[in-house]
Amino acid sequence: MFSNILIYFVIIPLLMLAGTGLCRGVRGIRAVAVTGSIALIALSVYLLVDYIGLRAAGDSAPMLYTDSWMWFEPLNIHLAVGVDGISIAMLLLSSIILFTGSFASWNIPQPKEFFLWLILLSTGVFGFFISIDLFTMFMFYEVALIPMYLLIGVWGSGRKNYSAMKLTLMLMGGSAFLMLGLIGIYYHSAPAGHELTWNLLEIAAYDAVPHGWQSFLFPMTFVGFGVLGAMFPFHTWSPDGHASAPTAVSMLHAGVLMKLGGYGCFRVAIYLMPWAAQELAWIFLILTGTSVVYGAFCACVKTDLKYINAYSSVSHCGLVLFAILMLNTTAMTGAIMQMLSHGLMTALFFALIGMIYGRTHTREITQMGGMMQILPYLSVCYVIAGFASLGLPGLSGFVAEMTIFVGSFQAGMADYLGGEGSLRLVFTIIACCSIVITAVYILRVVGKLLLGPVYDDHHRSLTDATWWERLSTATLIIAVAAIGCFPNFFSNLIKTTFTPEIFTVLGM
Amino acid sequence: MDYSQFLAMKQEIALLVVFLLVFLYDTFMPKSTQKALPAFSIILMLLATAAGFCSHCLGSDTTVVAFAGMYETSAVIAAIKGILNIGVVIVLLQSIKWANGESMLMRRGEFYELLLVTLFGMYLMISARHFLVFIIGLESASLPLAAMVALDKNRYESHEAAVKYILTAVFSSAVFMMGLSFVYGLTGSLYFENIYFALTNQLNMLLVIAIAFVISGIGFKLSLVPFHLWTADVYQGAPTSVTSYLSVISKGAAAFAFLVILAQVFGPVYSKVWEWMLYALIILTITVGNLFAIRQRNMKRFLAFSSVSQAGYIMLGVIAMNAMGMAAMMYYILVYIFSNLAAFGVIGAIENATGKVSMDDYRGLYKTNPRLSVAMMLAMFSLAGIPPFAGFFSKFFIFTGAINQGSVAIYVLVLIALINTIISLYYYLLVVKAMFISEEECVIGWFRSSFSERLGLWITVGGILLLGLVSCVYSSLLNLAEVSPMNMYFMS
Repeated sequence: MFSNILIYFVIIPLLMLAGTGLCRGVRGIRAVAVTGSIALIALSVYLLVDYIGLRAAGDSAPMLYTDSWMWFEPLNIHLAVGVDGISIAMLLLSSIILFTGSFASWNIPQPKEFFLWLILLSTGVFGFFISIDLFTMFMFYEVALIPMYLLIGVWGSGRKNYSAMKLTLMLMGGSAFLMLGLIGIYYHSAPAGHELTWNLLEIAAYDAVPHGWQSFLFPMTFVGFGVLGAMFPFHTWSPDGHASAPTAVSMLHAGVLMKLGGYGCFRVAIYLMPWAAQELAWIFLILTGTSVVYGAFCACVKTDLKYINAYSSVSHCGLVLFAILMLNTTAMTGAIMQMLSHGLMTALFFALIGMIYGRTHTREITQMGGMMQILPYLSVCYVIAGFASLGLPGLSGFVAEMTIFVGSFQAGMADYLGGEGSLRLVFTIIACCSIVITAVYILRVVGKLLLGPVYDDHHRSLTDATWWERLSTATLIIAVAAIGCFPNFFSNLIKTTFTPEIFTVLGM
Repeated sequence: MDYSQFLAMKQEIALLVVFLLVFLYDTFMPKSTQKALPAFSIILMLLATAAGFCSHCLGSDTTVVAFAGMYETSAVIAAIKGILNIGVVIVLLQSIKWANGESMLMRRGEFYELLLVTLFGMYLMISARHFLVFIIGLESASLPLAAMVALDKNRYESHEAAVKYILTAVFSSAVFMMGLSFVYGLTGSLYFENIYFALTNQLNMLLVIAIAFVISGIGFKLSLVPFHLWTADVYQGAPTSVTSYLSVISKGAAAFAFLVILAQVFGPVYSKVWEWMLYALIILTITVGNLFAIRQRNMKRFLAFSSVSQAGYIMLGVIAMNAMGMAAMMYYILVYIFSNLAAFGVIGAIENATGKVSMDDYRGLYKTNPRLSVAMMLAMFSLAGIPPFAGFFSKFFIFTGAINQGSVAIYVLVLIALINTIISLYYYLLVVKAMFISEEECVIGWFRSSFSERLGLWITVGGILLLGLVSCVYSSLLNLAEVSPMNMYFMS
């Protein structure tokens, strides 16, 4: 069991949990969090290099490092692991954000409990990304959700009770649909005469879910994961939750947890039920297309920095689901790039907002101004994050959105020319508008908050970033720039997932 | 008569021996040694449980039908009795402090004796294959319970609860027997097996009424909605140890007996008569239980309504009518025993130390009593079905078992149950919120709970953490269920 590298993505967080539990002082806890997350980054970088090597050597299996250990034998439930390029990208993203998140919560009160919950959450996240067994995947998914309640409830600000309860109940509500969907898939996973299975790869290989059942189970699973992906109209937990959550939790939640939604939609809903994905995509295209534009418009009118960024996350994550539903390689590659890009960029945003809020004690942009003169380092970081968000070339956002819109347009034109209606085309055009709207709200914040005269003279005495804040933001900026400058490296990593096997499964 | 048949009743006999020894100890041992009575009975129960476990490991739990077909035992039945035994041991452990308190000075022995008698009755309910035996079991499982509810002689609520309990128990028995008399009239027999075969291809109004009566009779015991009205008052009024016994052991035994009756007696008319009744009962039970739990401030009333809705989930294992459903139900009962007893353990410890049972008093408990709060939180998470705690696995398996039945209607039923888990999560989180998030000063100061209470909590919390992750528990239950003689009554 321990010879498989992937299992260490769960073991290290578990060791971190134990370590945090045993530590007495805050220094020890910080040390455990930082060491553990560095180990996780190292592990995922090693995995990345090794994976590329294996692929270069011609290994074309859909998932590598696969392994499975029997868990509940009568139900054929395994602890099955395996990764492809997408999962590795997500693992890398999660470990970077955990690393920066630990720095962002350097002086949190009650550090022991905070880090215990935070690490439990990351255990769920890592477990989810390495699992290829529907049961274990779902279990880790729920493990990642519940710590949010206490993290927001205890360490949050503002209307934290309301937000924590709303977020938890809506996400668990999504997972209720998901549970039914997964059990349904299990009972239709294999053709007659074969043993039923929870294993993703086997189900995809059998492709045995009857079409009638697909049209019931696909909406169940897509909505189930879609709630976490902030799909309209189930996105309302996101603004409140993010606004009330402490910095590191916002970072992890927007940066990583919301990606669980997009990843799940692709990996479970579309991958296992390709027929329904084609037939029913239009419903979800309308919903996700709406969330792209609606989220962006909402961000334009909000004055609370966290609300602005939360609605921008709704818009950007909507774009992920939107692109996945286009069902072609370009758009899907773009979707994964967008997941990476949005994860890093939004984590950077939330980290910066937390740092500004910690100094000024307000998040209202109407109460602040001229921060560029007072906090030059943080302000410049904010501008960089903003540029990444509105898609400036050279940063990650441009690559991702460009790929998505090119792919979507291809799919839309193909539909249109093939006489299958113009829904995809119309919604691609509508979604493209979000780029402009994004520019509006980003530049509005930059202009109001960072430039112009100093609004409040008390702010003049504020000090700029400390070393741990600089480290955390710099890491994220480097990552954002890396994706922007070397997009080919990442898109090749992701594209290897779309091996011939998957094309046949998806019918593309 | 072949007296070797009594060997089939080895679990009942073991329990009877325990009862007699406790009784003799209580009656004849000098007063100075009476304080050891709780420990004495726990050790005896532990031995009985261990004996049952050993007999399972030795493979001697074979299927035996004894006393001219009136009594049956098999590996599955032995297993469910073993599960109940484990629960009883924990209940006894948690009751030590209360039983050795001032108010129980003269009545200590009665609690243990009455409890063992009711357990004996439950054994009979589970093993009965003739309705007369079943009724003896049912009565001896309900009537002594009323006396147990009234054990807190000096509290007004305890009396009120006892009266309510005895009246509903008697009433439900009457309804149950009315139904039975109809069944007897239709089929001319009280043997399960004879009724089963006589009912094949029979369908008339009288049968529908008879089954409705039988179901409502047991529904009272299980506190299914709309037969749940006694639950909250009795749970609130009874001493906490009795409440915890009522809510887990009594409910678990009744649920299994219910499954036996529905499968082995009324199996032939499953889809024609009682499937839809059970659908309605389950939906009502889960929903009403959940909605009423939301507004409760008294922790015992709160857990009463939570246990009403949990009974609805247990029923999902019955409606499945297959081995998977049966195994999932037994597993659910086991996990439910551990989770609910953890919650009651905390409530009992706080009540014994401070006398407080209101959820409002729990505000800020984490700051004064962190360990108790964590135990309570784990219990709540397990009851709500949050992984990686045992409750998640039991919920998942009971849903999987139910869906194995395969009809579209069952998908709808499971969806309703799943949506209800969200409602239940809300009120379970209210407790967590009160303990962890509320910033008020806690009215419950720090106290050190007694050794027995702590031991009970360690055991239950250990169960919550391990029962799910350690897969062999569920797997072995499913293996037992798949070879059990009840399988032939399940429709394919």
